[in-house]
Order: sequence, then C-alpha cells, then structure tokens
Amino acid sequence: MARVVLVTGVSRYLGGRLARLLASHPDIERVVGVDVIPPPDDLGHAEFVRADIRNPVIAKVIKAAAVDTVVHMNVIATPVGAGGRSAMKEINVIGTMQLLAACQREPSVRQLVVKSSAMVYGVSPKDPALFTEDMEAIRLPRSGFAKDSVEVEGYVRGFARRRPDVDVTMLRFANILGAGIDTPLSRYLSLPVVPTVMGFDGRLQLTHEDDALDAVQTATFGNAPGTYNVSGDGVLMLSQAIARAGRLNLPLPTPVASVTRDVVRRFGLIDFTSEQIEYFKYGRGVDTSLIRDQLGFVPKYSTLETFDAFLRAHPLGRIMPWDAPDEPAPVSSIGGGLA
Amino acid sequence: MSDARVIPLNPEREPNDGGASFPGEQQLAGALRFLRRRLEGSYQVDDFGFDRELTRDVLVPAMRPLYEKWFRVEVHGIENVPADGGALIVANHSGTIALDSLMTQVALADHHPAHRELRMLGADMVFALPFVGTVARRAGHTLACNPDAERLLEAGELVGVWPEGFKGVGKPYSERYRLQRFGRGGFVSAALRTRVPIIPTSIVGAEEIYPILADAKLLARMLGVPYFPITPTFPWLGPLGMIPLPSKWHIEFGEPIMTDVFTDGAADDPMLMFNLTDQVRETIQHTLYKLLMQRRSVFF
Repeated sequence: MARVVLVTGVSRYLGGRLARLLASHPDIERVVGVDVIPPPDDLGHAEFVRADIRNPVIAKVIKAAAVDTVVHMNVIATPVGAGGRSAMKEINVIGTMQLLAACQREPSVRQLVVKSSAMVYGVSPKDPALFTEDMEAIRLPRSGFAKDSVEVEGYVRGFARRRPDVDVTMLRFANILGAGIDTPLSRYLSLPVVPTVMGFDGRLQLTHEDDALDAVQTATFGNAPGTYNVSGDGVLMLSQAIARAGRLNLPLPTPVASVTRDVVRRFGLIDFTSEQIEYFKYGRGVDTSLIRDQLGFVPKYSTLETFDAFLRAHPLGRIMPWDAPDEPAPVSSIGGGLA
Repeated sequence: MSDARVIPLNPEREPNDGGASFPGEQQLAGALRFLRRRLEGSYQVDDFGFDRELTRDVLVPAMRPLYEKWFRVEVHGIENVPADGGALIVANHSGTIALDSLMTQVALADHHPAHRELRMLGADMVFALPFVGTVARRAGHTLACNPDAERLLEAGELVGVWPEGFKGVGKPYSERYRLQRFGRGGFVSAALRTRVPIIPTSIVGAEEIYPILADAKLLARMLGVPYFPITPTFPWLGPLGMIPLPSKWHIEFGEPIMTDVFTDGAADDPMLMFNLTDQVRETIQHTLYKLLMQRRSVFF
C-alpha cells in the first residue's frame, strides 16, 4: 500500500523525530514534513516543506503530494518558543481548523492521526482515579494548552463526522518526558527549588518520548481508529518525583503559590497556567487498557522509568545530598496500568 | 507529607542482620532505612496513590494505640471477610469525624488472618482538603464513585463504603444508632457489576466519641463544611475538646450477601438495587440493636 504521510510540526522535537522515523519505514513511500521554520535537525529521508498550517496554502501541499495520511503533531504545550500564548493558541486552534479544512477537501486523505493530551480530562478533586476514554472532564479546562486540546478534539470530531470515510485516531498523552523534549513539566522539575502547594501532592503519569513516538507510529499503521489514552504504567507522586530528582521541595500555602506562579511566569521561566497548579495539587490518571487491547501497544517505559530516564539525561546537579535512586523493585499496580 | 515521622518498623518484617549490639538497634536501622527510602523517593504507589509501605508501617501503627488502648475495639465475625478477592464492606457511619472507618481499616489490617488492606471510598470533600486528601490517597482511599469502586473490586481489593456519608457522621446524638438514608445505592450496583459479596458491617461505640448536641449551621455555612458540631467538650475546651471520649467499641462483620447469584443485567434493575440496599441497611440496623442490647455500658 502506497503511503504518503504529511507530518505537521516537524521543527519541534517530537514532530522532527517522528518524520525521521516514518521516513525510514519500508511501507512508507514519502514523508512530507511541514512547519513555519526550518527544522533544527536533519529530517533524514523526509522532505521539508515550509508551510504554515494556519494558511490555506497547506491544502496545496496536501494536493500536490497526494497525501493519504496526515499526522498532526503541531498541537504545542508551551508558549515558550512559540512566541507567546496568543501565538500558541493560534497555532493550536486556528492551525488545526485550517489543516482539517484542507483535509476535508482532499479525497486522497484516508487517515488522520492527532496528538492530543490527557489534559482534556481537566483536573478536579472529584475526578475518578483513572479516566477511561469514554469519560468526560468533571471540570473542563479553562485555560492554556488544556483548553486548546479540548478545542482541537472538538474540531477533529467535527471533521470525523463530515468525512466518515477517513480513519481518525486521537492519542491522549499523559505528560511526555524524556531525554530531548522540553515541556513545562521538564522545566518545572529542573528548578533547583521546586515550589509545590502545601498539603497537596498530585499523582503524575508520564509517557516516555520514545513510547510517544511508538504510539503515534502504531496508530498510523494499526487499523483501529479511535481515541486512546497513552501513558507509561503506574503513577508517581509529585513529592516523590522531586525527591528522586534530589531537588528541594518548597511547599507554599495556596495564595503564595499563585503569586509565585505569576512571578515565575513573568520572568518567562515556565508558563504555568492555573490548570497546571491544579494538576500539581490533584494529579490525574488515565486508563491505558484500550490501546493495549485495540492496537496492542505496550509502553516500554513505566512512569517511574520514564522519570528516571529523564533524570539520567538531565544531570541537573543534585541539591540534596543523597545518591540517585536505586532501581525500584517492581510493585504490582492495579487497574489498567498493567497487562 | 508524613516523611518526617519515624516509627520503628514491625520487627517481624525486618531481615535479621546479625547480632544487635544494643537493644532496638535493628528497629532503629530499619526506621533509618525506611526514612532514607522516603527521602530518596524510592517507593511506589499504585494507580490510586495508595502507598502500601507507608500505610502498613506508619499510618496503621499510628492509629493502633487509639484502636487498642483508647477504644479497646472488639471484632466479631472477621471470618466473614474473605481471605482474598474482592469484597465490599458496607458499614454505618457516625462519630462526627470518620474515625469509625479508620478503626475498621486497623481491624482488618491487624485482626484478619490475611491482614487485608481496606480501600475506602471517601466523599469528594475529603480529597479537596489539604493534607487530609493527600493522606487519604496515601492510605489507599479514593473517591466514592462507581468507576473507582468497580476498578478496585475487579482488581480483587477489599473496598469499604459508608453510604450514610456526612448525614451519618454529622447526625445529632439523639439520633444515635439510627441509620440515615443509604445514598442512592451506588455501592450495590458496583458489587453487582463486579459480582463480589457485600459484607454488612455494624460499628458500635463510635456514636459516643463526640456526642453532637447541636449543629451550628450558620458557622458551618461560613466555613464551608457540612456541619459544625457542638459537643459537651467542643468547642468549649478548645483543642482538649477534640479528644474523643473513650467509648468501648464493637465492630461486627456480618454474613456476606452474595451477588453472583443474580443474572447479568441485575445492576440495571433499579428495584433489585433498592431491595438489596434495604436488605443491607436492615441487616446493619438489626445487628446494631443486637450489639447495643449486649453492651454493658458505653465505656466498658
């Protein structure tokens, strides 16, 4: 089967790696990567086309290359490097709208894979321990990347209704972490003194960047469209993550925490939304049994292993005197986390 | 959170590392190892945030004196709780703060032959509170909602639910041992769907620990809490008023009500659910009366 794949957002870390990976796949004839700026790294066998998905010109690219599969990786999590929050929102929301509009017009498009986020489930103390794909947010996200993701998913669902012949897959990733990726979470955990909200400790779930790429690839080749949660097995408490990193945990009372957030934001260190503060307070878990059952996708790294891999790749310089943590003994966890 | 609390580990669970040069050396070494693991973050929690090691070695031991010395809890019918597999403990709720559920957790951890861990379903308010919510998750509790209950039961966990909720813990002393409404029967549907037995559990003694004479409703509304208790000692004696009265407790685990005898669609039959809810409620109410008849005094 001839496959021509369009990958959006190839100048960002994951998009670039994905384009390279797909281009080296024997079943794939051609990979066209698009972004507004040239990719910092070599894309291998993939071609780069400088095109803005916010512009109707993207339709011409799809038509000219007779693209049959569109992999939308250009939903970005951080305004740092995107040129601010309003630019980020435009890339995420308007970009997705334009891209989908172009896909809708092109009969050659047979498949759409979208990188979404587990943040669409929102955060609240009334959340179930693990979200399955059919559940809705108890408290809908109201700002930032989380809100963008909700809107992107809305447009993708609209597209799926209008083009029922296209196989649509959405992957809701838990926080992606790894050696190369730069996310608000990786920046937050790299602070020497990590401010947290006093009295709260969120459950974090992490996806290793290699697993994230694997999941996108599996979704691209697997014949099972749908919406899937993706995460490493198990959870990690925020306080535990800070301890493992050898950082100093600084619990702040809630009002001080929001002031600190504003300060950190003002200095452009990390963009924290109120959404993220809530996430660090309560955390969130997703059930990943559906992608296991439907696509046979099993992540190689658990949440804990992902975090330790992140630590190994980022020699942060330990503030606290103890050694790097030992390999944890495998502890059985229940629920959708384990095969 | 409770990282800084040092409570020696149970010596039975410690590897024997040679002769001790002073008494308690092994306990001390064990406690230091435990503390070090905590500070390094070398431990694991399950998907619900349950910290098995912390619960077994710190939280349950911290509650044990209250259980053994203060309330002198007597357990009846522990053999009705299965040694493995899922089961749903349903009990009456009372006592102004939910000490009854914590004592049930200690009873099952210490007195059940399989040392079963009780996973409790708590009100959403519990998880919204600072510190309380965090410790609750660490101790294995989760939100009282059907997805969580069913997930735990399917995984073969022992789940505890107090369906009266705040209506039960915050009721006035004059209504002691009179069961309140049993929610909407969500716990029955969870048990039916996962085909686990329901174990009606009756707790006597918790009603007397903080007798609520009145409820300062205005104050409660201002503080955003479901009730503000006025007891003979609280708030008059300040922090001293928070010491529970040392009543004598009995916890009776009743005969399991089997749910695997029903057909597949049983959980979607509201009438059956109401009937089962009533059956559980009646069983607990009658056991409470029986235990009260047998009780010699509130304190002995």
